[in-house]
Amino acid sequence: MTATSVTTPAPATRAVVTGIGVTAPNGLGTEAYWKAALAGVNGIRELSRFDAGRFPSRLAGEITDFRAEDHLPGRLLPQTDLSTRLTLAASDWALADAEVTPETLTDYTKGVVTSNATGGFEFTHGEFRKLWTEGPEHVSVYESFAWFYAVNTGQISIRNSMRGPSAALVGEQAGGLDAIGHARRTVRQGTDLMVTGGVDSALDPWGYASQLAGGRVTTVADPDRAYLPFDTRASGYVPGEGGAILVVENPDTARERGVRRVYGEIAGYAATFDPAPGSGRPSRLGRAAELALDDAGVAPGEVDAVFADAAGIPELDRAEAEAIAGIFGPGGVPVTAPKALTGRLYAGGGPLDVVAALLAIRDGVLPATAGTGEVPETYGLDLVLGEPRELPVGTALVLARGRWGFNAAVVVRAAHL
Amino acid sequence: MTRRVVLTGIGVRAPGGSGTKEFWELLTAGRTATRRISFFDPSPFRSQVAGEVDFDAQAEGFTPRELRRMDRATQFAVACTRDALADSGLQPGSALAGHPEPHRLGVSLGSAVASATSLEREYLVMSGSGREWVVDPGYLSPHMFDYLSPGVMPAEIAWTVGAEGPVTMVSDGCTSGLDAVGYAAQLIREGSVDAMVAGAADTPVSPIVVACFDAIKATTTRNDDPEHASRPFDGSRNGFVLAEGAAMFVLEEYGSALARGAHVYAELTGYATRSNAYHMTGLKKDGRELAEAIRVALGQARADATDVDYVNAHGSGTKQNDRHETAAFKRSLGQHAYDVPVSSIKSMVGHSLGAIGSIEIAACALAIEHGIVPPTANLHTADPECDLDYVPLTARERRLNTVLTVGSGFGGFQSAMVLQRPEGARS
Repeated sequence: MTATSVTTPAPATRAVVTGIGVTAPNGLGTEAYWKAALAGVNGIRELSRFDAGRFPSRLAGEITDFRAEDHLPGRLLPQTDLSTRLTLAASDWALADAEVTPETLTDYTKGVVTSNATGGFEFTHGEFRKLWTEGPEHVSVYESFAWFYAVNTGQISIRNSMRGPSAALVGEQAGGLDAIGHARRTVRQGTDLMVTGGVDSALDPWGYASQLAGGRVTTVADPDRAYLPFDTRASGYVPGEGGAILVVENPDTARERGVRRVYGEIAGYAATFDPAPGSGRPSRLGRAAELALDDAGVAPGEVDAVFADAAGIPELDRAEAEAIAGIFGPGGVPVTAPKALTGRLYAGGGPLDVVAALLAIRDGVLPATAGTGEVPETYGLDLVLGEPRELPVGTALVLARGRWGFNAAVVVRAAHL
Repeated sequence: MTRRVVLTGIGVRAPGGSGTKEFWELLTAGRTATRRISFFDPSPFRSQVAGEVDFDAQAEGFTPRELRRMDRATQFAVACTRDALADSGLQPGSALAGHPEPHRLGVSLGSAVASATSLEREYLVMSGSGREWVVDPGYLSPHMFDYLSPGVMPAEIAWTVGAEGPVTMVSDGCTSGLDAVGYAAQLIREGSVDAMVAGAADTPVSPIVVACFDAIKATTTRNDDPEHASRPFDGSRNGFVLAEGAAMFVLEEYGSALARGAHVYAELTGYATRSNAYHMTGLKKDGRELAEAIRVALGQARADATDVDYVNAHGSGTKQNDRHETAAFKRSLGQHAYDVPVSSIKSMVGHSLGAIGSIEIAACALAIEHGIVPPTANLHTADPECDLDYVPLTARERRLNTVLTVGSGFGGFQSAMVLQRPEGARS
């Protein structure tokens, strides 16, 4: 391992997870999602939101059982995109789970940092259409803030009276882990509680078409054979919507306000970026993982499971397998990718994997990488296939990559107050 | 030992001039660069004024391939990055003392609406000029994904400088430009990196963004007098002037900058952000959360309110902002709020959303460097509720040791940053 860390953080405040909220294509709510992930329930299906008949791909991890009016006050509906509605529901659930109310802690002690990769895209699609077919006077008074990438952070802050340090980070699929890393940083700098994570959705025709334009979405039509990370048949990914919101706290103030249960600790975090395309220099994913382990003070041998980025594209799968094997040795650690059942959720992907890792710690079981059957031996991966694998999980590494070269890694471990 | 963060390179693209030098000349002359929108016919819109940049992409050295790929905001950011790097003399990957290895160099780019210009262009192509809801996938640009998810913008910066450390986009609406630099400073201070290329870019002068602000009557209707339409703190103001622009910086750990003999414009000694948890676009009159951000940023800088020699205001030229902000200065600086010069460069270059926070940091660094306080143009008769010294019309010479810059944005973000004259040069 390269000597890259010039400062070892002083014994700093830990950052523990006290609440979780999930909106996933295969389960609405933390336990519904987890049950589906363990049972292999697939959230990938043919798009129902519009007729994608003319499109070369028609699959998505679409959330079909979310009725915003069942979860949010009516006044929020006209001003929010679906991605924000899902975010607000997930943050409500996470805060309820953590037993946080507007009266819990006050003033500047609570902040919000979310990641967002596509903004309020469907809402904006509608407003673009109004502008260009009906004229500027028909554009919504809400468009100026329903669209931009900070919308979810702002709306969570307002809905829950959170006046502490807040931000919104964008880094495609890696951004969700960056947000969690920044939440941890902010807690260590003295803010008691942070709401963090990410939720994305862009499954309107324009958003979906734009995702296809990236050239990495599979054209395989069978939902059970479409997104097969690390498989010899890997042909691309399926885009999805949803994600997870977490409450991350200083354990001291959590204890003071009566919290008795935590899911675990965000023990380490790091981010790197790949060299420019064509440079011939290797991916920096492995370095992000090493730095995150170093940050957590965890040796590779202490890691019980890796939640992989799982691009579903052979060359990217191979690069990730090499990075994992480079740190843990061939077959040195169980690896899994529950996102095979949700599709890639962009800003929501990393946080949902962190949730899965925390629940794996809680229940001592790793969900399988559904669908994937045959993994090239040269990958050197001990991938959890077919059925969930029961084993004690004390520490897990979560990896995420964003298009263009973003790498992020988070280490979670069991914790008590 | 606490690691310190210094600013050693600046690149600016702002209305009224192409580079950093022209930008500073505009500010010190108190000239305005707002005009009637020329990028499209603005006559169907309520607000028809903007701060546009005369950006010559070919003269900037972009290849046709780069131009096909990069959104206008990305082009701005890349051009500024090249300037900032040259200005700082930083050579990433060089073995010379004080220069960062690629993995010790990161990128933090702010933007509020990111690739809005390209999104709108591609949308019109794919949807038959907006007629179709289900767009035609046959007309997809291969770069459409880049515009959907703007992570490509900081990626382009990383490729430009060869950064392999943490790279991100900070998108906090109109405080993005301040927060992206604040985020970068945190990464240097905590030891994750030794240098960051940080700053912000936004190019929102497009029909959809103009329509957004028309809808909530946030932008000016002074369409018959575009050169004088941005009037922060003036009693006759009636909204902000939308603009485009970018500013990028090289930030370094102080010891590294010293080791390579870099010129230091300023040290970033304090940064804080708070949220008002009040309304997505509205501001309370009391300025409480912005005042708290200022108080915390000054505390980090170990500076007293009375140490502040200049305040670069958010000064957007909306009634609610100017009053909110004035209250925040009084609340945080006390009596000193009445004594310290406060000005808004948005009066000259308009409000470039996420970019302006970084453009204002550039103004602050240059103000320290040259000992000049930029004025608030177009300020003739102040709003009676705005009763501070807003440096009307004319720049002032003044030695500046400690400068405060603030931002306020949709979503409730309130941010403050303290820049100080490099140690040794302070007195």
